[in-house]
Amino acid sequence: MKTILAQILAMALLASAHGEPTAFVGATLYPITGDPIEKGTLVIENGKIAAIGAEVAIPDNATKIDASGKVIMPGLICTHSHIGQVSGGDYSAPIQPEVRAYDSINVRHPSFQKARAGGLTTVNIMPGSGHLLSGQTVYLKLREGGTIDELFIRQPNGKPAGGIKMANGTNSIRQSPFPGTRGKSASLVRQQFIRAQSYQKKLAAAAEDPDKTPERDLALEALVEVLEGKRVVHHHTHRHDDILTVLRLKEEFGFRLVLHHVSEAWKVAPQIAAAKVPCSIILLDSPGGKLEARDIEWRNGAELEQRGVVTSFHTDDPINDSRWFLRSGGFAVRAGMSRHGALEALTMAGAIQLDLQERIGSLSVGKDADFIILSGDPLSIYTRVEETWVEGERVFDLDDPKDRLFAVGGPGAGSNRRLNLCCFGPLLND
Amino acid sequence: MKAFFVTFILTTLTASAQLAVQGETIHTMEGDPIADGVILIESGKITAVGSASEIVIPEGYETLSAKVVTPGIIDAHATVGLSGILNYDHDQEQLEKSAPIQPELRALDAYNPRDPLVSWVRGFGVTTVNTGHSPGAVISGQAMLIKTNRLNVSDGALQPFSMVMASLGSASLASGTSVPGTRAKAVAILRTELIKAQSYLKKVNADDPDKAPDRDLRLEALAAVLEKKKPLLITAHRHHDIQAALRLAKEFDFRLILDGASEAYDLLDEIKAAGVPVIVHPTMIRAQGDAENATFACAQKLHAHGIPIALQSGFEAYVPKTRVVLFEAGMAAAYGLPKEAALAAITRDAAVILGIEDRVGSLSPGKDADLALYDGDPFEYTTHCLGVVIDGEHLPSTN
Repeated sequence: MKTILAQILAMALLASAHGEPTAFVGATLYPITGDPIEKGTLVIENGKIAAIGAEVAIPDNATKIDASGKVIMPGLICTHSHIGQVSGGDYSAPIQPEVRAYDSINVRHPSFQKARAGGLTTVNIMPGSGHLLSGQTVYLKLREGGTIDELFIRQPNGKPAGGIKMANGTNSIRQSPFPGTRGKSASLVRQQFIRAQSYQKKLAAAAEDPDKTPERDLALEALVEVLEGKRVVHHHTHRHDDILTVLRLKEEFGFRLVLHHVSEAWKVAPQIAAAKVPCSIILLDSPGGKLEARDIEWRNGAELEQRGVVTSFHTDDPINDSRWFLRSGGFAVRAGMSRHGALEALTMAGAIQLDLQERIGSLSVGKDADFIILSGDPLSIYTRVEETWVEGERVFDLDDPKDRLFAVGGPGAGSNRRLNLCCFGPLLND
Repeated sequence: MKAFFVTFILTTLTASAQLAVQGETIHTMEGDPIADGVILIESGKITAVGSASEIVIPEGYETLSAKVVTPGIIDAHATVGLSGILNYDHDQEQLEKSAPIQPELRALDAYNPRDPLVSWVRGFGVTTVNTGHSPGAVISGQAMLIKTNRLNVSDGALQPFSMVMASLGSASLASGTSVPGTRAKAVAILRTELIKAQSYLKKVNADDPDKAPDRDLRLEALAAVLEKKKPLLITAHRHHDIQAALRLAKEFDFRLILDGASEAYDLLDEIKAAGVPVIVHPTMIRAQGDAENATFACAQKLHAHGIPIALQSGFEAYVPKTRVVLFEAGMAAAYGLPKEAALAAITRDAAVILGIEDRVGSLSPGKDADLALYDGDPFEYTTHCLGVVIDGEHLPSTN
């Protein structure tokens, strides 16, 4: 009974937080689209950013939260993640555009709460790189929720937003029916896109004459979305020549593209810049793990930034744990990237790469109230993410023992999260 | 011949070089840090450490300076040089799977000092590694202590045989009908082997030389453990695996070093009572499998309980192919381990646990001239390591 009352109370609080404005006062604000604001004020209302600045009139009905000494920046955007035990295509074929990550994700997996603890508010969850094309990716907001439908980002047509995952190089080279060489890899992909072009033509003809409508083909349907620019290709690639192969495919078929990992970006940065293709990069504790990643360098961020390439970071969680995503920014700066560039790579650049720049990525009036409260400098190892907010609701609070468990680890942190607010007690030892 | 001469000259130069290192802050790990300090080095050894006001740099000394100077970093448990950068069969030497217990496998026969990952970790300040066979078998082999500037094992290791490497838990279990298929069986075969070694040792020590047994490399290595000449390191994460390790140490009276120990927070009193040091898992270990309940505060909890700790890079099967122990210490500090204790866990305290504290791990006259130089707080993401000094040899870096 007590717990039911507590839940009702909690829901009432959430409802009021949603309707009435909240003002965060006194923090250093990093809007990303502008210079940092010392002792600034951020006002949110109805899940959106209502005002931001040094001198902001706080509405009378606003709940004021003192954030002095804290840093507030936009929620982090991870452009390449595998949280939630995501799966994609199986090993029956190297190209499986019909497979949706959306159908496989366990949003109650601890990796979700850990991602919130790391300050992530939007993630591109992708199938793996063991295929030339392993399936459709899904862009999720890390809202509170126990079902995937509470988390996905709805497109105007009602469908979940997402891209498509492709890969080249050695990960997708396997036993038949997979390709055995790079040449075969590219030819399989090209042939598949040519099929999609043909299907696209039939669809266009059917617009004139419905009798000509082809049988529905889920794989080709997804690829037509790619050809029409409605679905961005997120392409895993490491080696310099593999990077250029992807650029060649983009040139031939005209799809929209984000290059991922791009370990040898520093070798072909001018070519990437000339193709105006954004990059989503990873920063690891050491090079190697396979031949293709032997030459990966932390200066990829700086090299790409200097050439004007829209560059984001990713965790590739579980490769890098989402809880220290900010660390990627620190390492990039260590190797020559600008501070601003690094903070942008954690936020706005990702928004652009996911076609969500109108909604997220910066602290701008009208955008979703997705932000994090930090204990200090975003690029310091000693800084902790204290709170994560998505669309005006707090989804992570370091002071709350049930959240702290996932932020720091400990007994129970490896278990599936229980959603009912009633049930955390027994999991907590201290 | 030419190459020999070059090497000879280099060795002579570096070994005889007189070097002074100035630091805005010098962490000697023997007392408080020295502000505006100087270290003098001659013939590979430290000859003086003190404040710039006390120590005059003699003429003819080459001078280096850095914002922060620490003892050369010690990685108390690594597999660099055995688990190579490419991660292909031909450069993976850390685990032999033909039998579950093979303490006779020497690290020095497997270590490739020129693998790029050795110089990679050196570039962040690591000067000494305890490297060898990885977890994955009940006893996978031995480890060795070597400095990261050695291009050949024959150039000298601090200890060519530092300890025997064991592991308990799901990682050391075999599949199918192979042995051991269960935790209980793993402990049973380990006990059986240790009992064999007890018997071997008895025969070796018998008065009558005619009764001496034929030399057995496997039992010889275990006998070294039973005689407490070498510690037995046991990697165990789950609380019940840690308890099994403590039980074994009690039964066979060997020097146990607990390793990994991600659920050690449940057994603080037991570990302390056993007087066992812990080489704590990498702070950023993936919270998966036996380590799924790992906490970033593990080192802090053990330290607060008065248990001696060191930190490690551990073993990674894929990416990152090696961790950097400096980063692991930084993250431990960020999650509550006092900064000085975090630095000690990769310098002085690591040296004590490894038994090499008379040579390395802190800065005082007579010790090896092993230093790491930084342009700021060594734990910060954005700080660069400017290089290391090993036995008086300066190896610059730009990391």
